[in-house]
Amino acid sequence: MPQDPLPAQQARDLRALAGTIIPASAAYGVPGADDERIFGDILGSLGRDRDDVCRALADLAVLAGGGFAELAPARRNEVAARLREAGGAPLAALVRVVLLCYYRDDRVMRSLGQEPRPPFPKGHVVEQGDWSLLDPVRARPKMYRRVE
Amino acid sequence: MHDKVDVLIVGSGASGAAVAWSLADTRMRILCLEQGDWVKPTDYPSNGRDWEARLFSDFAINPNRRARPTDYPINDANSPIKVANFNGVGGSTIMYTAHFPRLHPSDFRVRTLDGVADDWPIDYATLEPFFAENDRMMGVSGLAGDPAYPPKQPPMPPIPLGKSGARFGRAMNELGWHWWPSDTTIATADYEGRGRCINLGHCTPGCAQGAKASTDITYWPLAIRAGVELRTLCRVREITTDSQGMASGVIYYDADGQEHFQPAEVVILACNGVGTPRLMLNSVSARFPNGIANSSGLVGKNLMFHPYALTYGYVDEPLDGNHGPPLCLWSQQFYETDPDRDFVRGYTFQFGRGVGAIMEAIVSINAGRLPWGEDHHAAYRKLINRRIGLSAICEDLPEEHNRVTLDPVLKDSSGIPAPKIDYTISANSLKMMNHGIARASEILAAAGAGNIAVESPILNGGWHLLGTARMGTDPGRSVVNEWGRCHDVKNLFIVDGSIWVTSGGVNPTSTIQALALYIADSIKQRLANLFD
Repeated sequence: MPQDPLPAQQARDLRALAGTIIPASAAYGVPGADDERIFGDILGSLGRDRDDVCRALADLAVLAGGGFAELAPARRNEVAARLREAGGAPLAALVRVVLLCYYRDDRVMRSLGQEPRPPFPKGHVVEQGDWSLLDPVRARPKMYRRVE
Repeated sequence: MHDKVDVLIVGSGASGAAVAWSLADTRMRILCLEQGDWVKPTDYPSNGRDWEARLFSDFAINPNRRARPTDYPINDANSPIKVANFNGVGGSTIMYTAHFPRLHPSDFRVRTLDGVADDWPIDYATLEPFFAENDRMMGVSGLAGDPAYPPKQPPMPPIPLGKSGARFGRAMNELGWHWWPSDTTIATADYEGRGRCINLGHCTPGCAQGAKASTDITYWPLAIRAGVELRTLCRVREITTDSQGMASGVIYYDADGQEHFQPAEVVILACNGVGTPRLMLNSVSARFPNGIANSSGLVGKNLMFHPYALTYGYVDEPLDGNHGPPLCLWSQQFYETDPDRDFVRGYTFQFGRGVGAIMEAIVSINAGRLPWGEDHHAAYRKLINRRIGLSAICEDLPEEHNRVTLDPVLKDSSGIPAPKIDYTISANSLKMMNHGIARASEILAAAGAGNIAVESPILNGGWHLLGTARMGTDPGRSVVNEWGRCHDVKNLFIVDGSIWVTSGGVNPTSTIQALALYIADSIKQRLANLFD
């Protein structure tokens, strides 16, 4: 369902907050959640969480005393920590949207050793395991309660 | 005005499908009204890259979050457990996890054995042939020989143990506790036109492979071929009665919001433990001012959920993650009453594999395990695919204050009052849940897991909706008799989880369907004098 875009300042703040929650990592070779492609996915995936996301961003703006995106990195981390400490359903919804989009990005999935594909139609292999583990249980007497 | 049908079934889920199929051989004219629509396998989330994300949108388990046009809202603010369901052909079998234990023989005799609640008016032996018939119809995978049950023979072999199942098995052996591969309706071999499981791992929100049995692909094709009519996108508002106090049919709205009256000789309710009392309480007349068939005052009361206590932890090597059916084993070690415990009755443990990448991130960040900032990546890599967990499915005893009523304000899109849930977890259940958490922690420790976490109760764990139109022989203490017929209205039947007297401590779908087949058989045997 098409939605109104976020106001420009809220979009900038959301991107900055996403990058604060999950920054890029050279060590793991992964982008941050503020990466252009991932953030585009986030903006397009607000869906039924849009109102909560806007509420969380309004709370963020209050804590930041204005635009969160314009703060220096150290100050951003302080404000983000206070936001996380305050918690609440709107913030949980915002973080969920960030994670939903970050952990389906091809680059991120490959860095985790995951195939970037849907489960169907290829499926997965699960080993049968050692069924002889059941031998001691098979040897147990009946354990259901008789009612006669 | 529609032509009168012989049998009108409301709801096409687990029980509605089973009763429709069983009655079809009578050659009566049978119609089923379903408020949802058919769901195509290509619509299931596991077809797309957004497969996990859709658990939070159109395949959310909570109908208030899912909010499809075919859903109705539920006021669950006064309940620590939120209702989970699905509305469509197949009902909640579309969105169940296919774990398929039966009730135990002792579950039907809790008053006699333990002095609590009430005995059922039927027993395990009565249902046994219908359990077996349902196992064949749904296609059950499992392993014969479980010492926790009377003998049974699942038609297909069990789902694989995998790394997590084997780890749990070794732990349970070390502790000397019972465990067994679960009975499940996930086909492990090609079965009756269904493809075998290919371990998509995302079983709950519908199986794109068709390996998971939902009644849209098991009972319904056969019932329709036998002549049953299934009319979708029809939302029933009320059951009507005639001057004799017999059910005369139902009033429903079609997809365009047009009101219809559908007359019927017999009405069968199959809307489960919330939808059925909602419909009955909304069926008010001069003869039935408190809702149809409610002279006992028990319609909507005694709601039982099965509180779930989830305990999980993390090991130091990658396991199965979300690959494979999520539930693979059960334990009945703590199922029966033990006088040395501080609670009566008991629970099943169901053992789970891991979760997907996104779910792990969301749950762990909410729990505070997964930090924001630079440390996020290293912490996440110690979590993904390393989770193992188990849930205690606790027997919930009936209490009249746990109930479904009609919300005075909230309505669905057709203007029908929404159900309102008032529910508290009993002291007995809380003790049982805590016992389960303590034993689960021991099991996880034996399995080499650390970083133990608990979710108790599982918030969105109201999958099992039972007891709100209970079965019994005393019309003052029950809503339906021992074969599902309402005491007050002799052509009105209920075949879903509403009629359960007690809940047991197992996933209920197998027993719900066996009951539906048993009631259908009872109807067929009494056709000549059904209303006597």
